[in-house]
Amino acid sequence: MLPELGHFTLILALCMAVPLAVIPLIGAARNNQLWMSYARPLVCGQFVFLVTSFACLAAAFLMDDFSVAYVAQNSNSAMPVQYKLSAVWGAHEGSLLLWALILSGWTFAVAVFSRNLPDELVARVLSVMGMISIGFLLFLLLTSNPFARLLPNSPLEGGELNPLLQDVGLIFHPPLLYMGYVGFSVAFAFAIAALLGGQLDAAWARWSRPWTNIAWAFLSAGIVLGSYWAYYELGWGGWWFWDPVENASFMPWLVGCALIHSLAVTDKRGVFKSWTVLLAIFAFSLSLLGTFLVRSGVLTSVHAFASDPARGLFILVFLFLVIGGSLTLYAVRAPEVVSKPVFGLWSREILLLLNNVILVVAAVTVLLGTLYPLIIDSLGGGRISVGPPYFNLVFVPLMCVLFVLLGFAPKSQWKRSSTNNLKRELFMAALASLGVGVLFPLIYGGELHLGAVLAATLSLWIAITGARDLITKGRKSGFGRLSRSYLGMQLAHFGLAVCIIGVAFTSIYSEQRDVRMSPGDSLELGGYRFQFDGVKQVEGQNFSAQEGQISIYQGDQKAYLLQPQKRVYLARRQSMTEAAIETGFTRDLYVALGEPLGDGAWAVRVHYKAFVIWIWMGGLLMGLGGFLAVTDRRYRIKAAQSEKIPVATDNGVAEVSSNLGAKA
Amino acid sequence: MKRLKLFVPLIIFIALGSLLLKGLELDPNEMPSALIDKSLPEFRLPSLENPEAMLGRKDLLGQVALVNVWATWCPSCRVEHPYLLQITEQEKIPIYGIDYKDVREDAQQWLRKLGNPYVANVFDEQGKLGIDLGVFGAPETYLIDQKGVIRYKHIGVVDDQVWLKHLKPLVEQLRAEASQG
Repeated sequence: MLPELGHFTLILALCMAVPLAVIPLIGAARNNQLWMSYARPLVCGQFVFLVTSFACLAAAFLMDDFSVAYVAQNSNSAMPVQYKLSAVWGAHEGSLLLWALILSGWTFAVAVFSRNLPDELVARVLSVMGMISIGFLLFLLLTSNPFARLLPNSPLEGGELNPLLQDVGLIFHPPLLYMGYVGFSVAFAFAIAALLGGQLDAAWARWSRPWTNIAWAFLSAGIVLGSYWAYYELGWGGWWFWDPVENASFMPWLVGCALIHSLAVTDKRGVFKSWTVLLAIFAFSLSLLGTFLVRSGVLTSVHAFASDPARGLFILVFLFLVIGGSLTLYAVRAPEVVSKPVFGLWSREILLLLNNVILVVAAVTVLLGTLYPLIIDSLGGGRISVGPPYFNLVFVPLMCVLFVLLGFAPKSQWKRSSTNNLKRELFMAALASLGVGVLFPLIYGGELHLGAVLAATLSLWIAITGARDLITKGRKSGFGRLSRSYLGMQLAHFGLAVCIIGVAFTSIYSEQRDVRMSPGDSLELGGYRFQFDGVKQVEGQNFSAQEGQISIYQGDQKAYLLQPQKRVYLARRQSMTEAAIETGFTRDLYVALGEPLGDGAWAVRVHYKAFVIWIWMGGLLMGLGGFLAVTDRRYRIKAAQSEKIPVATDNGVAEVSSNLGAKA
Repeated sequence: MKRLKLFVPLIIFIALGSLLLKGLELDPNEMPSALIDKSLPEFRLPSLENPEAMLGRKDLLGQVALVNVWATWCPSCRVEHPYLLQITEQEKIPIYGIDYKDVREDAQQWLRKLGNPYVANVFDEQGKLGIDLGVFGAPETYLIDQKGVIRYKHIGVVDDQVWLKHLKPLVEQLRAEASQG
């Protein structure tokens, strides 16, 4: 009964989305208040129905209803309850439902938090989001219904969620990632609404900014989590593989990053409008493209969902409509570019423009590398694959330039070039970073490794220039009065500096051994002695495992015991490697079991990972910076104002939320 | 003229989109093997059924045949198994098995329980022959001619579609060639 209810509410949500995409839009074109006022109730309806639908699917998982095909494929009664729940979005159908739910959630949030924006704009934004929603709901209902039943011969026991995905990481990774992907739909909808209304001004940019920031922050958190999960779950100690699907999340992140900066210029200075709109379209288009790549089966990837061509065709048509439509609109409606530079050579505008150019070039490089195999193949050139060497070759130099420029950013000013005084200050910062940047690898690594010097110098350069600016500004106006958007920016830039150290030092100073170890054998790595004490049999809830016992000695003292597992999941006899990691501030010790080699000996993989945790710490700081910026007073004042201005509130939610906004 | 520039993103997207459309028709699992039209590699490994008996490349020659890489730990092999039984029955084509990185008792029991479509099974415990063949993962199926030259390789489950579209036409062609020459 519940699955039918879920299916039915899914259809009802579509019934809300269709009028949502049409009525408010016509209302806005004709300036008809009544028609525009349909938007909010329809949004609420859509959201409520999708929540119900999602809850029904979750209930089917929790109650082990194996008559539902999707549940039978991805869950069984022995699975721990938290994985039953995360299995809801563990495969194609359910994750798509999550997509749709999050989209309607964002739409709902826009409806609630935009009471002080012009009615036409809100009506258009919500309509555009309704159109996107139609696409996804149709996709669900026509090609990927998660509620399809296996009747009358329903199985007594289900299959199993892929063991790789039975992990805490999977509980949070997809929802965060989708929050980011889908969040860009808000900036996209604002851009399209502005193009439709012909009001591409600074106000539009200001309204888009918090939404873009928060989507980008979610995406950052999602990517960081995914990368960390790959690191400890895949058992080979890598954290980024330039896999097509990783790239699919990284491209919107890069473009979103460019968009955040470009929106700042449009907001403050009213320039780069066409470019900013294009970026907003671009960021969301790349999110959609990512969805296409994962679900259509055109690329091979560890992430690829089981896919069939009908689904691929559907998404491709949808891509054509959304991206083609919006780019056509852009071509017809975007303001022509006026090339009258009203800013100096080293002004903040120029720096941000350069930031944009580099980030977009980086995104295009990744796009090219990702699609190149596909392009060559469809032109009849056979199968090739593009690997990390390509990406590293083009990506690293681009980023180095970006990092150098970043050091100039805090001190730069709108319109004007910086003064001589500032130049001297920057020169000192550069000297300091270079000095420490050379010393550090010399002391830590014992030799002058050029890559390490470069990374340390660039990272310090960003950190020092940022810190100096923070101190100067803080002294001038009091640290408590610095705006949160400023602090958020500082935090994100500092996170980047941390991340640079992590990425560079991990790839330079890490060591790895793949060895055959019999009980009693030991090996030295990174100043530690790893001793293999044999293997124990352990039983989990839905797997049984061989658990290696590896003692790690520092000097003569036993410092740690690591217990990596080789698991066999019982339902489908799938085997899995569970690495054991001892995490430290400047290094991780990482041990994974390979294959048994007979006579109690095992293939064992031992890693010494220098500074690896810095990668994710940096990424998290960037995300936190994004979140912090959104809580800036600038955005809350609007909520407070909406209380004073008498607005006819037709539901309590908006009132409550505006109160909360003012107090928070 | 300036307005025309704004159409550039659209044009680029349309070009990209048509490539993606083309990409939908291609199957990324179709992997050309480096061994196509090369001879089956030499090996000397025990038979699955009888650990004393050694099998070699010569034992697989003489007829157009399928060589199927399988294992008991491979869920897709279980899916494929009934179809292999069906084609030996209906098409009269010998199938040689390579039991890949497996446990002998498990594999023997599997064949007793599910039926045995194979003329003979090579027991490749260490995966050595698998390396020589460039096996990605079980199941994989190779089509060899009577001289032991690999003519086709399929990665993944052989089913009706794969058999009718790729394997069967080639089998018939090879048999015709063999009877002429």
